[in-house]
Amino acid sequence: MELTSPTEFALETVAAVQEYSILAARAIGGLFRRPRYFADIVYQADLIGFGSLPIVVLTGLFTGAVLALNSAHTLQRFGSLSLIGQLVSVGMVTELGPVLTGLMVAGRNSSGMASELGSMVVTEQIDAMRALGTDPMKKLVTPRVVATIFMLFFLTIISDLLGLIGGGIVSTIIFGMDSHQYWSSAWQALVFQDVFTGLTKPLLFGFIIATVGCYYGLSARGGTQGVGRATTQAVVASSVFILLVDFFATKFLMAVFGYR
Amino acid sequence: MSSPPTPVEERTSRTQGSQSPVIVFEDVSIAFQEKQVLDGISVRLPRGETKAIFGVAGSGKSTILKMAIGLLKPDAGRIYLLGEEVTQKPEEELFELRSKVGIVFQESALFDSLTVRENVAFRLMEKHDLSEEEIERRVREALSFVELENTIDMFPSELSGGMRRRVAIARAIITQPEVLLYDSPTGGLDPITSTTIVELIVKQRDVYKTSSLLVTHRLQDAFIMATHYFDRKANQMRPLPPGEHGEVPMSFLILRDGKVILDGDAAELAHSKDEYIREFIS
Repeated sequence: MELTSPTEFALETVAAVQEYSILAARAIGGLFRRPRYFADIVYQADLIGFGSLPIVVLTGLFTGAVLALNSAHTLQRFGSLSLIGQLVSVGMVTELGPVLTGLMVAGRNSSGMASELGSMVVTEQIDAMRALGTDPMKKLVTPRVVATIFMLFFLTIISDLLGLIGGGIVSTIIFGMDSHQYWSSAWQALVFQDVFTGLTKPLLFGFIIATVGCYYGLSARGGTQGVGRATTQAVVASSVFILLVDFFATKFLMAVFGYR
Repeated sequence: MSSPPTPVEERTSRTQGSQSPVIVFEDVSIAFQEKQVLDGISVRLPRGETKAIFGVAGSGKSTILKMAIGLLKPDAGRIYLLGEEVTQKPEEELFELRSKVGIVFQESALFDSLTVRENVAFRLMEKHDLSEEEIERRVREALSFVELENTIDMFPSELSGGMRRRVAIARAIITQPEVLLYDSPTGGLDPITSTTIVELIVKQRDVYKTSSLLVTHRLQDAFIMATHYFDRKANQMRPLPPGEHGEVPMSFLILRDGKVILDGDAAELAHSKDEYIREFIS
């Protein structure tokens, strides 16, 4: 393996950040300039949203269930099993719902975008599109960004709900808790800040998933091997970014709301 | 539709064309990974003319086409397309200018997730100002020009290499652009399919008087273009009468080591004393 000098590495990193920033800015700018590709947005929304539904349903359901299962044992020791609904709802809505849904969608769609756009790059389809007078940023990137943000928001809500249901099933069937008690506890524990935090995150994660996937796809070089590399990098980078942004977003929102 | 071209018309067209070049390269240089590919070349494509570009692999032939429409930016020099400088224009401002140019890529570069109809109609659909009936009519017209109307509902993966090139030509000509750029349109094809594509290029040149740059490795294709014209009445390519060779708007450009070593018509190419060129055409 060829070693890269630190200067070269630093220059490459700065260039990559610059290119990513330009792509992200042009993707947003594409929303405000004609032509607008509404049909492409709907198509991508179907592909990203409806296509990701099975994995999001499964992830949400089992995360809620396992959260209830693990915490129930601890709560039982303190005789506070009634708090299980509260724990599952706050955990799912503020953190696990958005993050796990984001990671699942990143794994499925960031890689899909990178491989699709990467293949288009290496077969000169992107150049062909530019040559035909169409801006690939507006035609390909903006619809993916809009569709991912929009659909991830609703997928997260579905995941949260399924997580609560999963937690409810475990609480009632395994631990014999009254279902009304579980749902009241889960409902009453949620405050505006929790819901706001939980629903702000998917907007950020959606943006990360789409822009990172498109960035690696459009930067793909070197034939099919390059496309494979771009796909892997897209999943890794978007997952890492989601976790990083999650921390800073949580910290920032806590500071804004001035609680905890 | 114009009348069938004759050598006289072509001669006139060429004279007029020399006054208003559609593409101008002024002292253009570009390097890739420290390798100087083009080193201060200056080229003019007069209106109505077809210029065939030759050179060994990696000599910068395709790079010239990509730079002409701003897909690549040169390291130095200026490039003018239809009177507008493309070198300094930002990407967003080039899309409008590019819509006046058609390009056929080396590997066709058809959108593989779209049908032949959608590929050919791509430019018209992007305009958002034509009815579906009008788009359908023009798609069928462009496909009948390349004699592939029966493939309209197929996907590019279902077509042969030659058919894909012809669809790419149909996609490039659907808006009747002022300039056409062909990147190795006959590369890797059998002689019969190559001749069909050469005939289409000659048809486009002689019937619609489109200016074009043609990158090719096949000298014989360019010679056929220089010695034939398209007879519209017979709807086929015919050889020029003896003594009228060189009267069609066709020129040759040869690149070597990043420099232009020949830019002239068939006669200049045939009578060149340059050893490299003699070897090239032998």
